Amino acid sequence: MNLAEKILAAHAGKNEVVPGEFISASVDMVLSNDITAPIAIKEFYRLGVSRVFDPSKIVMVADHFVPNKDILSAEQAKQMREFCHEQGIKFYDVGEMGIEHVLLPEQGLVLPGDVVIGADSHTCTYGAIGAFATGMGSTDIAVAMATGDIWMKVPPTIKFIYNGDLGKWVGGKDLILYTIGDIGVDGALYAAMEFTGDAIEALSMDGRFTMANMAIEAGGKAGLFHVDNKTQLYIKSRAKRSYLVYEPDVDAAYDRVIEYDVTSIEPQVSLPHSPANAKSVSEVGDVKIDQAVIGSCTNGRVEDLRLAAQVLKKHRVHSGVRCIIIPGSQQVYLEALAEGLIEIFIKAGAAFSTPTCGPCLGGHMGVLAEGERCISTTNRNFVGRMGSTKSEVYLANPAVAAASAVAGRIIDPEEVMH
Amino acid sequence: MKLKGKVFKYGTDVNTDVIIPARYLNVSDPAELAKYCMEDIDADFVKKVKPGDIIMAATNFGCGSSREHAPLAIKASGISCVIAHSFARIFFRNAINIGLPLLECAGAVDNTDAGDTLEVDLAEGKIKNLTSGRTFTASPYPDFMSEVIAAGGLVEYTKKRLAHT
Ligand code: SF4
Repeated sequence: MNLAEKILAAHAGKNEVVPGEFISASVDMVLSNDITAPIAIKEFYRLGVSRVFDPSKIVMVADHFVPNKDILSAEQAKQMREFCHEQGIKFYDVGEMGIEHVLLPEQGLVLPGDVVIGADSHTCTYGAIGAFATGMGSTDIAVAMATGDIWMKVPPTIKFIYNGDLGKWVGGKDLILYTIGDIGVDGALYAAMEFTGDAIEALSMDGRFTMANMAIEAGGKAGLFHVDNKTQLYIKSRAKRSYLVYEPDVDAAYDRVIEYDVTSIEPQVSLPHSPANAKSVSEVGDVKIDQAVIGSCTNGRVEDLRLAAQVLKKHRVHSGVRCIIIPGSQQVYLEALAEGLIEIFIKAGAAFSTPTCGPCLGGHMGVLAEGERCISTTNRNFVGRMGSTKSEVYLANPAVAAASAVAGRIIDPEEVMH
Repeated sequence: MKLKGKVFKYGTDVNTDVIIPARYLNVSDPAELAKYCMEDIDADFVKKVKPGDIIMAATNFGCGSSREHAPLAIKASGISCVIAHSFARIFFRNAINIGLPLLECAGAVDNTDAGDTLEVDLAEGKIKNLTSGRTFTASPYPDFMSEVIAAGGLVEYTKKRLAHT
């Protein structure tokens, strides 16, 4: 069995599972947020139950519209707060919250070998630490909160092998944009993606989170990495419960195997309005920008902020550009503070905020007007994603976004640094 | 159950952000969400849609975010079913869970024009284009999903399951 099958078999109480098989899997963590929890809570009560199956295996995070942007979103956060209080569920509120997919691994709430479901499509992020994690809707989450298990169809797995050395300014974001550019937004529809190869072994944990995060952008159900020394080191100080590490069998079957040599991959930029419109930064041409956003569950970790700071240290944000930098969690905020990154950002003329999803989904903190263009380290550049349906979003890594903020147009960081 | 309505037709990769933009996600009442359904891909949709109408699209319909608000908004707008080449995974689950019927049938989509009138027999998976007279058959649901649909959605299905244990 491959990695996804091993984890799912163990959670279905079976010796073996095969792709296409319907199973009922026990869940180790059930997540929802300020957009999806209100419906989940309503459906939970419709089930006729009064208590959740296990409050320690449920978490709710207010991250999309907080600190609340308007009265209606304040009402939604209030519903979650009250439900969590009543049920004894941990609620991450303003002052403690982070963007859910940065927060959960960081706090040790999700661990290798777990099955995690979340009412948010980017729940697949936790594949970076070797968990089978997948996004679902609110009703699924309601049922899992009541019963502790969930129906699933065992997905076929596509194995991706990345060989070679990563170039300068090239990281997890570039590998995943390149991959989606290659296979398309439905290239892994319904499938699990297993990311392997020496370039992956060389990749940092933060880079792996970025890649797993965007598995959904290829239609994937999960994006999994093997647990290695880096993972163990990351987990060791965070885990507060035991966990099991699963490894794929050497003769595991895969639906497909796709191999890339990463040596010649340049920093990637995905043009509007699809993550699959990926191009090398040198091929983008002259694209002026009005805004740069650095943050989100894709690239809001400390390594991302370090990259942005490296570029912004000796430069100023272009006078025609709003550069908005948002840490993914309070922990990331503190690390950025301790390392002096925030001072670099502010002196460079960027805005720095408390953690929030904010502009990533066109919520608040940087919504775009008609005709405006934004380079963003987020994961989606759909029509209207960050504001007006006549605005444009270009996806890139934090170094490219920071360099573009300096130049006022999309540019290779190497050009700005020299 | 037979459904009958006019067709609204869209292309590939229709994502949940255009089905119901995030600026409206500070509420979860289906009737409220329905007022803005498809706004960013088809501003006239809400003005034109009538109860029973049908959405048709190519591959990967409903990709993007996990917002259940998307199928809820479509259902509350009056749409009786969505027929596509294929659906994104989370959208498919959500729609089945909340009782919005979906059918996968590339042939029907490719041979139907916007504005045609369709008659759909869900149980049989039969799609009849009343405008052209042609009929098509959709891929059947796996048994497990048929049970969820027959129960009236995941909440009802789970209620029954809980009552047995
Ligand atoms: S940062 Fe963006 S993609 Fe990530 S959870 Fe928030 S809204 Fe979703």
